[in-house]
Amino acid sequence: MDAMIPQSYRIQRVIKETHDTFTLELKPPDHLGQFIFNAGQFNMLYLFGVGEVPISISGDPSKTETLTHTLRAVGTVTKQMSKLKKGDWIGVRGPFGSHWPVKESIGNDVVIIAGGIGLAPLRPTIYKILSMRQQFGKIILLYGTRTPADILFRRELEKLRSRLDIDIYVTVDHATPVWKGNVGVVTTLIQRSPFDPFNTTAMICGPEIMMRYTISELTKRGVKSENIFVSMERNMKCAVGFCGHCQYGTKFICKDGPVFNYEQIKKLFGKREL
Amino acid sequence: MESLERILQEHSFVKDLATEHIQLIVGCAKNVIFEPEKFLFKEDEEASEFYIIRSGKVALEIYTPEYGPITIQTLGEGDVLGWSWLIPPYEWRFDARAVEFTRAIALDGKCLRGKCEHDPKLGYELMKRLANLFEQRLYAMRLQLLDIYNLRSTK
Repeated sequence: MDAMIPQSYRIQRVIKETHDTFTLELKPPDHLGQFIFNAGQFNMLYLFGVGEVPISISGDPSKTETLTHTLRAVGTVTKQMSKLKKGDWIGVRGPFGSHWPVKESIGNDVVIIAGGIGLAPLRPTIYKILSMRQQFGKIILLYGTRTPADILFRRELEKLRSRLDIDIYVTVDHATPVWKGNVGVVTTLIQRSPFDPFNTTAMICGPEIMMRYTISELTKRGVKSENIFVSMERNMKCAVGFCGHCQYGTKFICKDGPVFNYEQIKKLFGKREL
Repeated sequence: MESLERILQEHSFVKDLATEHIQLIVGCAKNVIFEPEKFLFKEDEEASEFYIIRSGKVALEIYTPEYGPITIQTLGEGDVLGWSWLIPPYEWRFDARAVEFTRAIALDGKCLRGKCEHDPKLGYELMKRLANLFEQRLYAMRLQLLDIYNLRSTK
């Protein structure tokens, strides 16, 4: 199959998550039957006549009969996509890119740190890790977002919290008077999280500045940079490393990333020119 | 009192202090509990104590006539709460309310202030630890002000 030609997927369901985020559940075309991907990978979603955008897959990797994407309506394409309804068609190219190191983390504590819409690319990892729960130590999710109204997958997080084998901490930057949870940036949760820093894999996704400070806090706790993984975002166009739009030093985010081991990119991380 | 000393010794705020300094601090410490909704302190009250939270959750709030109390930060296990005891006019600038049942060690700031005046080495050690705390809180507050989840990428 040509990686540059989108396949038409039919929208099975549209879920309004928050005031500016929504989830599209897509049915693979009959000739494909299923969609197989690894947690952390992304697709290029094409709204015919409008444009194409790179969007991480947010669904369960074991449910191959449905492809799930969660988007934030912020640009021209995603705003138009937010108007799509059940039965509409959308173009899909992918899956592309690297994935979260789930198998490599076996035996370790796993700390998943998400900021804002960054929870969506990490959700497949949570599903995957929980499906192999016995093989990991502690599993901790630290999630920070803007306000209580911006909490993504809220019901699902509440349901997950009722499991006794995953610790979930949510914090918001700005609280309403009725909010009884944590207030403060997500980095403040790191110091009081009950993980073993010398035996931990950390997976981070969110705004780059949030990831920078998160890495700094993890390092202070003693987590080594080779055990920290980040999902990077740049202006991806072709998704196969041809066009160069997402070049990041000697790497291409679309082909070598979006998930990187921090040790491999720490000299590039935070560089203003990139 | 022995267990209080052990708990304090393990906390990063006190850890690595000279034994005689730890004993001085323990002499100013006591265990306290706060039921949910109970205020640890209120704005403009005299700041005579500060707290090391052992468990639970405390909300730092500013009261606004228009919207009522607004939480600016929550603190939990291991966090140090309060530095107004060290800075004139020794009055709290915010309200602190227990959101959950909270256990803490209260340290008598007035007593410690006096001890620091007489023992500059202790004063300097405590000031270094507090400076670290100021830096962490300022850092977090600046990130909070950035509203990072609402910024659009320019890359």
